[in-house]
Amino acid sequence: MKNLRNHLGIILPIVVVLGLTIWPTITGSVSNRESSFTILKAIALASSLNILLGYTGYVSFGHIVFFGFGGYVGLYFVNDLGWSIWSGMLVGGISSGILAFLLGKAILRLRGAYFALATIGINEAMKAFINNFDLFGGPIGITLNFKVYKEYGGAAQALEMAFYVMAGLTFAALILSYIVRTSKFGLGLLAIRENEDAAEVMGVRAPDAKTWAYVLSAIIPGIVGVLFFFKNGNVEPHSAFPLHASIELLVMVMLGGQGTVLGPIIGAFAYQGMRGYLVTSDFFKDIQLAVSGVLLLMIILFIPSGAIGWLRQRIPALRKVLA
Amino acid sequence: MQQLNLLLTSLPDGILLGFVYGVAAMGLTLIWGVMNVINLAHGPIIALGMFSTFFIYIRFEINPYLGLIPVAIAGLLLGVVIYFTAVHRVINAPHLSSLLATFSVNMIIIGLGTAAFTTSPYNVDFNMGSFKLGATTILGTRVIAAVIAFLFTAGLYLFLYRTRPGKYIRAVTNNRDAAELMGVPSTRILALSFGLGTMLAAVSGALIATFFPFSILSGGGYELKSFVIGVLGGLGNPIGALFGGLILGVLEGVIPAFMNTSWVPVIEFGLFVVILLVRPNGLFGAKK
Repeated sequence: MKNLRNHLGIILPIVVVLGLTIWPTITGSVSNRESSFTILKAIALASSLNILLGYTGYVSFGHIVFFGFGGYVGLYFVNDLGWSIWSGMLVGGISSGILAFLLGKAILRLRGAYFALATIGINEAMKAFINNFDLFGGPIGITLNFKVYKEYGGAAQALEMAFYVMAGLTFAALILSYIVRTSKFGLGLLAIRENEDAAEVMGVRAPDAKTWAYVLSAIIPGIVGVLFFFKNGNVEPHSAFPLHASIELLVMVMLGGQGTVLGPIIGAFAYQGMRGYLVTSDFFKDIQLAVSGVLLLMIILFIPSGAIGWLRQRIPALRKVLA
Repeated sequence: MQQLNLLLTSLPDGILLGFVYGVAAMGLTLIWGVMNVINLAHGPIIALGMFSTFFIYIRFEINPYLGLIPVAIAGLLLGVVIYFTAVHRVINAPHLSSLLATFSVNMIIIGLGTAAFTTSPYNVDFNMGSFKLGATTILGTRVIAAVIAFLFTAGLYLFLYRTRPGKYIRAVTNNRDAAELMGVPSTRILALSFGLGTMLAAVSGALIATFFPFSILSGGGYELKSFVIGVLGGLGNPIGALFGGLILGVLEGVIPAFMNTSWVPVIEFGLFVVILLVRPNGLFGAKK
């Protein structure tokens, strides 16, 4: 019991993800399932970014590169080599992790805005390279052969299955985020965020810790990428490496509160919900981007620690529940 | 031989374009140098500059080069407004805050611009004749744009090194706290620098619009080029940005002679990352 009480912080995140999974199952509506899928995907990606951004304090503007790269590799194995989606997802996740390891060794030496710029450069270089890479279809990309879905009982069943797999992945991303946050390794990351030089003096092996944080934050996006493009049916350079999607992830983490487990979940939920409302509303649909911009600016100027961070500062009693 | 011909035709164009790219990057790198803020609203401001050329020339039928004067003034004022509404409060906050603050300005401009102009491409059909240089045809608009870009660089140099506000800007770049102790009005200087940065962006956009079609979204590509140039010439070194722009222009002129044009961004951004890693202060910056 005592052990359980120390882990109150994981309850709310689990409730949110379970709710998002059960809601479309109960209503049985395909359009609910699609919106739920989008939110779950956003939660999984934002939570993984949070490991690097929130815990370690490194601002990555190109996190989507792992989503796109993993998706490309996985889809290539599924479509061209005839592997199953499960092994495809595994390959996608591993290859994103390896990419992050290699990149991390090089660019994590840079600090602050230089690191942010380097991640933009890597995303754009990767997009341009894949655009020229014939094995992955160049600018046309990879279109999934329709026969691939047969193995999973046809396209409709495959899409439904993809939703539950996505829910499982989001769940895994949460658990990973929570474990990192509460572990000794995570404590080292938080120390790096506060002051990297001081952390090294206190015995944190900063280069190793940063690299592993980068790898951990890259694996889930790689797997999600394979699943997403499998469901989508095709992948092309522009849909795989959109720079603005990386920035949207930053916004989500920032909205909810960086460095908390619950923050990215609330942020992803709020951001996707707001976008959904603005795009469909008659009054706002033409200027939806401008309205989102104004809201974002307000939050950055006046609540820089995000919703969860703000609540934690104001009401200390909630700190146990809002990890 | 065919490659040499191709090189001779594309190289002068690349060099002339490089001057204009240099002006765009100068704005970005000036802001970075003075206040350590990466201005993610740089691209949309370039796009606004493009649209200003369109309206000045098509609607009011004023010569676009004469129109650069109101564009520059409007750019300066816009920059000061952006500084006080979005940047001033986060200037000492962690990088993420200033990055996202300027990004929200980016969203606001693109959102309003999309509502006003849609995202379809516009074109300013402006012709200044052309002349032949050996086998190459050089467009008049590009030569004039390069000359104007050069004049702006020279003007910025004189401003930074010969005038009092310019010296203040360099003092704040070096050490803001020390400059404040010496009586430099740092808030006004920061606002002025941000204004100058957006002014340069708007002017470069106005020049680019005289030879390329554009839409409200086209600023993004030039913003990325500005990052690359800024790093080539040394972030925070506005004069180096002109050389960075020339290097990029030459690359864009040379690479298509040897491989497919679609490889250009691969090499540009690859080079960008490598230089960030090896010489983060730029090719001409002092090694720390």
